[in-house]
Amino acid sequence: MTDAPSTIAERSADMLARATPSKIAVRVRGLSDRAIAWLFITPTIALLLAINIFPLIWAVYLSFTNFRANRPNAEVEGVGLRNYQRVLNDADIWIAMQTTAHFVFWTILLQTVIGFALAYLIDRKFRGHAFWTTVILIPMMLSPAVVGNFWRFLYQPQIGLFNYIVSFFTGIPPSSFEMLGSVSLAPWAIIIVDTWMWTPYVMLICLAGLRSIPDYIYEAAEVDRASAWRQFWSITVPMALPFIMLAVLFRGIENFKMFDMVMLLTGGGPGSTTEVASITLKREAFESWLTGRSSAFAIILFVAVFGLANIYVKALNKVKQR
Amino acid sequence: MRKMTKALTGMSSALLLSTAIPGMAKADELTLCWAAWDPANALVELSKDFTAATGTTMKFEFVPWPNFADRILNELNSGGKLCDLLIGDSQWIGGSAENGYYVKLNDFFDKEGIKMSDFAEAAVNAYSTWPKGTPNYWALPAMGDANGWFYRKDWFAKPELQAEFKQKYGRDLGPPQTWDELKQVAEFFTGREIDGQKVYGAAIFTERASEGITMGATSALYPYGFKYQQTAGKYDMDGAVNSPDAVAGLEAYKALYKCCQPPGYTDSYMGEGLDAFKSGQVAMAMNWFAFFPGLYKDEKVGGDKIGFFVNPKQKVAASTLGGQGMSVVANTDNRDGALAYIKWFAQPEVQKKWWALGGYAVHNAVLNDPSFKASQPFAADFLVAMNQVQDFWQEPSYAILLQAMQKRLHDYVVADQGTAQEALDALVNDWKEIFEDEGKL
Repeated sequence: MTDAPSTIAERSADMLARATPSKIAVRVRGLSDRAIAWLFITPTIALLLAINIFPLIWAVYLSFTNFRANRPNAEVEGVGLRNYQRVLNDADIWIAMQTTAHFVFWTILLQTVIGFALAYLIDRKFRGHAFWTTVILIPMMLSPAVVGNFWRFLYQPQIGLFNYIVSFFTGIPPSSFEMLGSVSLAPWAIIIVDTWMWTPYVMLICLAGLRSIPDYIYEAAEVDRASAWRQFWSITVPMALPFIMLAVLFRGIENFKMFDMVMLLTGGGPGSTTEVASITLKREAFESWLTGRSSAFAIILFVAVFGLANIYVKALNKVKQR
Repeated sequence: MRKMTKALTGMSSALLLSTAIPGMAKADELTLCWAAWDPANALVELSKDFTAATGTTMKFEFVPWPNFADRILNELNSGGKLCDLLIGDSQWIGGSAENGYYVKLNDFFDKEGIKMSDFAEAAVNAYSTWPKGTPNYWALPAMGDANGWFYRKDWFAKPELQAEFKQKYGRDLGPPQTWDELKQVAEFFTGREIDGQKVYGAAIFTERASEGITMGATSALYPYGFKYQQTAGKYDMDGAVNSPDAVAGLEAYKALYKCCQPPGYTDSYMGEGLDAFKSGQVAMAMNWFAFFPGLYKDEKVGGDKIGFFVNPKQKVAASTLGGQGMSVVANTDNRDGALAYIKWFAQPEVQKKWWALGGYAVHNAVLNDPSFKASQPFAADFLVAMNQVQDFWQEPSYAILLQAMQKRLHDYVVADQGTAQEALDALVNDWKEIFEDEGKL
């Protein structure tokens, strides 16, 4: 007689063993918890290694070579740090980084402010709030390809609705300005679209934060005769802050590597006005076929995002501990 | 029972495999890759004769122009087997020849008696040879093309506009002969109301991502005297690419863009230009001759309403080259089948039918036919254009050279940054750096 299995893992292994042919059953029953854990996570690890870790290591290797994907027969030579040096000394790449920073800053600022405001309103639970929540969420459910093309039409100077709305309120003739063709307006055109699409996402996270604040804290504040303004700044904002910071982190990482929307709306133009880092990277890698140099650029971007995200997560943890 | 199960399993596996690997060609099947545009439809029609004659099924992979280079060059670079035959852009020939993507056709041509002297010399040089000007053939000239112009003949013919134009410029309102005249005509139409709609002078190429603005601006640069090098093969670009003539040409292109392009056409290429013309927004538009048959047939703006003209000259007569050659992809599993298609396609009778269907044949049997010039309203202009074409670099590094030019031109023309001289000086520096990397400088 054998001992009855005690842990959940052992019971699972036992059940699995009973349901399998005898030869395999002996093996399964003999597996330790650790072995079973490895059994379950190995496929995921293998997949991660194949599609994430290996390409990353390969990209690091390529970044030190002169490899070009369109010249498979050419000899691949090591070039040391030359690719990194050229990327970091390339004025156009620094301009693209500035464009990216501008885009990330303004989209995050607008999405956080508007998203939090919407969450605050939705949290009031007015009549029909469920319906309006669904309506507000629609933009983020759409594909970026659909959104990009849709807004291209809206921004069309001669037939676009956006220009007509602006014209209606300001009196400026609709075809007198080009949101996507003007150097000064094109960056803002993209910021508007991204804000329209992703503010609901920030709103959802903020709403989760607001709903996690226990009612008794507000009740205690009422007893202490704290004003609504004071409650907002002393209870609502500090307690929702970790959630807001989380939303900022997610949107920051996403917008740092933003590609599809910009490509569809302006293709990086006019000129290079809206050429964010990801578009420059795509051009270097798949239009100019400078695989080695573009790998170096990708690694620099990865390190920058990874480093900034780590610093930010540490700050987030500090806020949570308060 | 067990045998039956095995047989069924085998059959289902075979069925699964045959559907799961679409790129795997059958021996009696050929896949031809090209851009998705009007002439591609004509080629589908034409190829039915090949299928009828040989029993080979033709499959087609047509990629929209903005993604054509990305898609097909990725296919070639990754050693894919999607295409047996490829009608690739003229600029790809250097890289594709040097990287072994195309089959060299000299021996095949010799064996089958296909003579390159039977095709227009400019087309052979542009679409088939690498290194340039040498008798090393990597493609059969398949589709001659150049950047040309079309205009609203019915608007030009309006008596009140004729009179006003003559009074203002002292000549008849007609297709412009020079870039100066082109701008005058474009300005004349811009802002007018015709048929109840505000119209603009000209739709020109401004696309940033692929090749659009380069193909458009070179249509001004070449006639003004732009050259890629002072001496062929020396890569001495200073004083050629950024010469005073080149600067004047680029300024002329920007002036045309500023004065007369419809609003919103800041990133426009073939499709957008055609839309602008078909929707009655512009009096003139530049585009590839390949689209002219379709435009002429257009119910709304074609027929008597449309006229065509070759790219205006300025200091010299010049047109930007388009068009492609047909190559056999080295990686194909069906090389014999692909070569058989090329042999069939090179026949004079097939070339004549190709032209009749809307393809731009460059076989001398077609071009030298006495009835050719009158066969289509744009045929004579096509002949003129093909005799004055100039092409972009066809170097293996053409893609990076093109990207540099796209950026510098778009920055100057559309984004209004710097001067023409600064843009072309910067372009020379970009290109020098590229050729230094290539070891050619």
